[in-house]
Amino acid sequence: MVSAFKQALSSGKFVVTSEIGPPKGTNLKNMNHHIELLKDKVDALNITDHQSSVMRAPSIAGCLAVKEHGGEPILQMTCRDRNRIALQADLLFAYSRGIKNVLCLTGDAVPVGDNKEAKGVFDLDSVQLLQTIRSLESGRDLGGNDLNGKVEFCRGAIVTPEAQPLEPQLAKFEKKVEAGAEFIQTQAIYDMENFAKFMAYARQFPVKILAGIVLLSSARMAKYMTENVPGIFVPQELIDELAAAPKGGALEKGIEIAGRMIAFLKKEQLCDGVHIMAINKEEVVPDILAAAGLAGTK
Amino acid sequence: MKSITRQKEYEEIALQLNGLEKVCIIGCGACATTTRTGGIDEVALMKERLQNEGKLVTGWLVIPTACDEITAETAEAHGQAIKNADSILVMSCALGVHRVSLYAKKPVIPALDTLFIGLEDLPGNFYEVCVQCGQCVLGYTSGICPITACHKGLLNGPCGGTNKGKCEVDKEKDCAFTLIYERLKEQGRLELLKTYHPPRNNHIVLRPRSFKIL
Repeated sequence: MVSAFKQALSSGKFVVTSEIGPPKGTNLKNMNHHIELLKDKVDALNITDHQSSVMRAPSIAGCLAVKEHGGEPILQMTCRDRNRIALQADLLFAYSRGIKNVLCLTGDAVPVGDNKEAKGVFDLDSVQLLQTIRSLESGRDLGGNDLNGKVEFCRGAIVTPEAQPLEPQLAKFEKKVEAGAEFIQTQAIYDMENFAKFMAYARQFPVKILAGIVLLSSARMAKYMTENVPGIFVPQELIDELAAAPKGGALEKGIEIAGRMIAFLKKEQLCDGVHIMAINKEEVVPDILAAAGLAGTK
Repeated sequence: MKSITRQKEYEEIALQLNGLEKVCIIGCGACATTTRTGGIDEVALMKERLQNEGKLVTGWLVIPTACDEITAETAEAHGQAIKNADSILVMSCALGVHRVSLYAKKPVIPALDTLFIGLEDLPGNFYEVCVQCGQCVLGYTSGICPITACHKGLLNGPCGGTNKGKCEVDKEKDCAFTLIYERLKEQGRLELLKTYHPPRNNHIVLRPRSFKIL
C-alpha cells in the first residue's frame, strides 16, 4: 500500500510538510510535543538525521514516535554515518515498521558538527541511495542477493535552486529524478523570481517539488543566512522588512513573511507544496500556516 | 610526486623515546628534504634538541632516498652510529621508517607524520591530487579527482554545502564540482556531469594491498 504522503502528493493538492529534530539525549518530551502539535496540520513530518552533523537520537526513532502519535513520517537518511550495509538494513527496518517515505541526502560534513573527529562514511551518495531503494524495491540488495520481503517507499531528495554555479546542481537534480526521486524538498528559497525560473526548468521532469521555507526570525539571522549558509539567498528587501519590525516583533514579521511566501506559491501554482523548516521554533509552524491561509487544510 | 610529512610535536617524540637514551637520527634527502621536515637542517636541529633534553646522539645521517633499496647499504657506511644507538629516530615519511625498521633490529621511532602523497605548485605549497583508489575517474571529471578534491569524496555531483565555488568545511577550499564544471565547460563536455556513477567497489585491491607483476 502506498504511503499517505504519496497519496497526498498524487492528489494534486498543495502539500505541506514540516520537520522536527530528535533530542540530544533520551528525553523525548519536547519532540513528542512538537509531533502532537504538527501531526494533524501537515501532510508529513520529516525527522532530521543528525542535522548539521550534530549527534542526536536517530531519525528512525523520531519516525517511530510520529507513527505512534498517528502522524505520517518522512525518514531523512544521510550517507554520512552509515555504509551501504547499514543503510539498507535501516531501510528494511523502517519499512517493516510502517515508515514509507524516505528523503535521501548526502549529509553535512562531519567537521561542521559536534563530534568533529568522527569518520565520514559516504560509501554511497544521495543519487546512489535513491538507486539502492529501487534495488530493494525490486527484491534485491546492492550485492544482488534476494530479499525475503520487499520494500516500497515514496522516495525523495533535495535540490538547492540558489546554488552557484547552478548547472552542476541541476545535473545532479536530473540524476536524482532518473534514480527514482518522486518528490523534492528544496533548500530555503526567498527570491520568488529566481524560484519561478527554477520551476520553469523543473517542471520538465516527472517529480513533485516542495519549496523550502525557512522561517526568518530576525534581520540578523536573515543577514547571517544569506552571507554564510551555502545555497541561501535572502533578498535585501526582506532583511530590511525584518529590520523595520517594531522591537520584539521580528519573529512575528518572519512568520508573516513565511506565510506570505507560501500563499504566493500556492496562488501562483508555482510548485506542488512547501516544506516548512522552523529551526528550533517548531512552536510557531501553526502560526505560519495560519498566516498562509492554510490552517487546518490537511 | 612527494610524500608530504609534518614533524610531530616534540612531546610526542619524547614519549616514544621514553627509556631510550642513545639515539641515531636518520633523515631523508628526497621528499622530507623538500618539505623541510627531514633534511640536513632539520636533522641538525633535532640533534641539538635531543642533546639539550639529555639524550646521547650517537650519530646522524641523511639517506638520499630513505624508502629505496639503497638504504641498507647507505646505513652500512654509518654502521657504528647505528650500532652504538639503542634506538633510531627516523625523520622521513612512513615508507622510510618502514624501510629502516626492516634491518635495524632496534626500536625505530618516527619523528614525522605522513599526511598524504601530493604535488607542489608554489614553493612550499603541497596539495593532494590522488588517493590511490584503484578506479580512476579522471576521464569523466576533466582530470580533477572528486574522490580526492571533494571533502566527502562524492562522484555524482556537488552536495548542498557547495558555496559559490567553495566548500562548506573550509572557505579556503574549492568545491571540486565547481572546478570540474568549469573545466568541462571550457572543453564543451558538460554532458559528462550527467553521467551516473554507481556505488564503488571498496576492495579493488584487497587490504593489506600488494601487487605482483606476472
